[in-house]
Amino acid sequence: MRKFLAKNAPGYLFLSPWLLGFFFLAIGPIVTSFYLSFTKYDIATPPRFIGIEHYEYMFVWDARFWQSLKVTFAYVFMSVPGTLIFALAVAMLLDRQIRAIGTYRALFYLPSILGGSIAVAILWRQLFSNAGVINSIVELVGFEGPYWLSDPDYSLYTLVILAVWQFGSPMLIFLAGLRAIPQELYEAAEIDAAGPFRKFFAITLPMLAPVVFFNLVLQMIEAFKTFNSAFIISDGRGNPLDSLLFFTLYLYNEAFSFFRMGYASALAWVLLAIIGFFTAIAFATSKYWVHYENERG
Amino acid sequence: MVETTLHNPDAISTAEEARAIRLTRARRRSRNNIFRHIFLIICSLIMIYPLLWMVSASLKPDNEIFGTLWLWPSEFQWNNYVEGWDALVVSFSRFYMNSIIITVLSVIGNVISCSFAAYAFARLEFNGRNIWFSLMMMTLMLPYHIVLIPQYLLFLQLGWIDTYLPLVVPKFLATDAFFIFLMVQFFRQLPRELDEAAMMDGCSPFKIYWAIIMPLSIPAMATAAIFSFIWTWQDFLGPLIYLNDVKDYTVPLALRMFLSQDSVSLYGEMFAMSVLSIVPIFLFFVIFQRLIVQGIAMSGLK
Repeated sequence: MRKFLAKNAPGYLFLSPWLLGFFFLAIGPIVTSFYLSFTKYDIATPPRFIGIEHYEYMFVWDARFWQSLKVTFAYVFMSVPGTLIFALAVAMLLDRQIRAIGTYRALFYLPSILGGSIAVAILWRQLFSNAGVINSIVELVGFEGPYWLSDPDYSLYTLVILAVWQFGSPMLIFLAGLRAIPQELYEAAEIDAAGPFRKFFAITLPMLAPVVFFNLVLQMIEAFKTFNSAFIISDGRGNPLDSLLFFTLYLYNEAFSFFRMGYASALAWVLLAIIGFFTAIAFATSKYWVHYENERG
Repeated sequence: MVETTLHNPDAISTAEEARAIRLTRARRRSRNNIFRHIFLIICSLIMIYPLLWMVSASLKPDNEIFGTLWLWPSEFQWNNYVEGWDALVVSFSRFYMNSIIITVLSVIGNVISCSFAAYAFARLEFNGRNIWFSLMMMTLMLPYHIVLIPQYLLFLQLGWIDTYLPLVVPKFLATDAFFIFLMVQFFRQLPRELDEAAMMDGCSPFKIYWAIIMPLSIPAMATAAIFSFIWTWQDFLGPLIYLNDVKDYTVPLALRMFLSQDSVSLYGEMFAMSVLSIVPIFLFFVIFQRLIVQGIAMSGLK
């Protein structure tokens, strides 16, 4: 017994803050949230069990739920590939013994680190306002700029552009990945007279597949969780005409504007299911397109 | 694929060919580099332009902010900063104080609690370690929204709404699994012989943590502290939910108030305060750039 304690006590002592957090702020809340999603709960009166009514209402009747899914998916499917393509392209430009690489890297990365801030979200609103910078540029080219922020057909692009502007952090991860590709492969390919496209598709992309995979999963999860910029740019409500009703924004408003805690919990579980589903797809398909160096592909 | 391209019967001529190719590549590279630099400079300018625009807007008279791409103000309105500081019902001195208190406590909490957990996972032997570790890794993937509502209800029960406790206490309970992961990776690289030698000398696990592991892990601690600072300083959702009294607002919540002011004339002041709000982040970035870049390459932190 004493031996058992002597072996385990230090470990559990050091782990105790995390254990407290894990039970009270992670597992406990997860279980509670699952239970709440089957109840009607407005804080003022105790939760009332209603079975799967919330989920049924959500999928069958709730048009705003479908709208929020549409907005979020459109955003994810535009912003994630956009971000990754820019990140890889710029990383390849930087991946040489090029002068001042540190400065470029810093300049390209800076938007990533500031991009989530409220200051940048406020800035973005003004850049895309009717007389803002973006429309000034559009007019220079000779077109008339749209009403980015009040036209539901255009509003989502402002956020997609904001996301792509932050390609810096996947770029840094790509850079690290590119460094790890042995230069001999390219030399061998040149002996075989392979052109730049051939080299990209036959060497760079396959060798980089694990990093692409990592970035893809990471960016996708981040994109599904987008909140700050959507909140600021859409006046906190998904304006105009629910065209910026991100899933997280809908959830926030259900919970903290209307105090429908049960329904909001059900929404949270749908979000978890969606993120889980896409992560699982990425992992399940990865064996077809991701080959790690230490295995035979 | 690799093997087929390398499979060349005449190995010597291949080596010569490779040398020749390396030479032509070097020549071509220096020519390409000029174009590459021009291209990269243009790209950097496009990337940085929005931020420059914000700085310029914060110094312009209001009627020069919109409708032009030109950045240089006709005259510098330093007053925007002075007036912006007191433009809202509560002074920005208060907002900065609030933000600083929350951020400093969060950084301290994260570094202490996460390094404790990481030390246990990386260095101590105890029953169930692997299970706890995989549970910790699973929380890495967990979206915050799933625990948001129950956490809010818990803090409501405890009477913590409108205090800083819901924002700070979780940081002391190692809820940011990213940092634990980062530190575990770092601790595992340190030679185990150090712990073993210290143990022989009768050092307690805490002594080993404090006198051996921590001093050797300053880069990892600094990385965690820097990211912790950046995230807490910019956090919006947490303060938005837990703080209702304007006097308790953090800087991001205060900035949002400019948007609901409805007064067109506060643009200069709004941009001035926006610029000030990102100055601390910018300074951290400039000073700690190397640690930040390494941190991202190591773990994919944003």
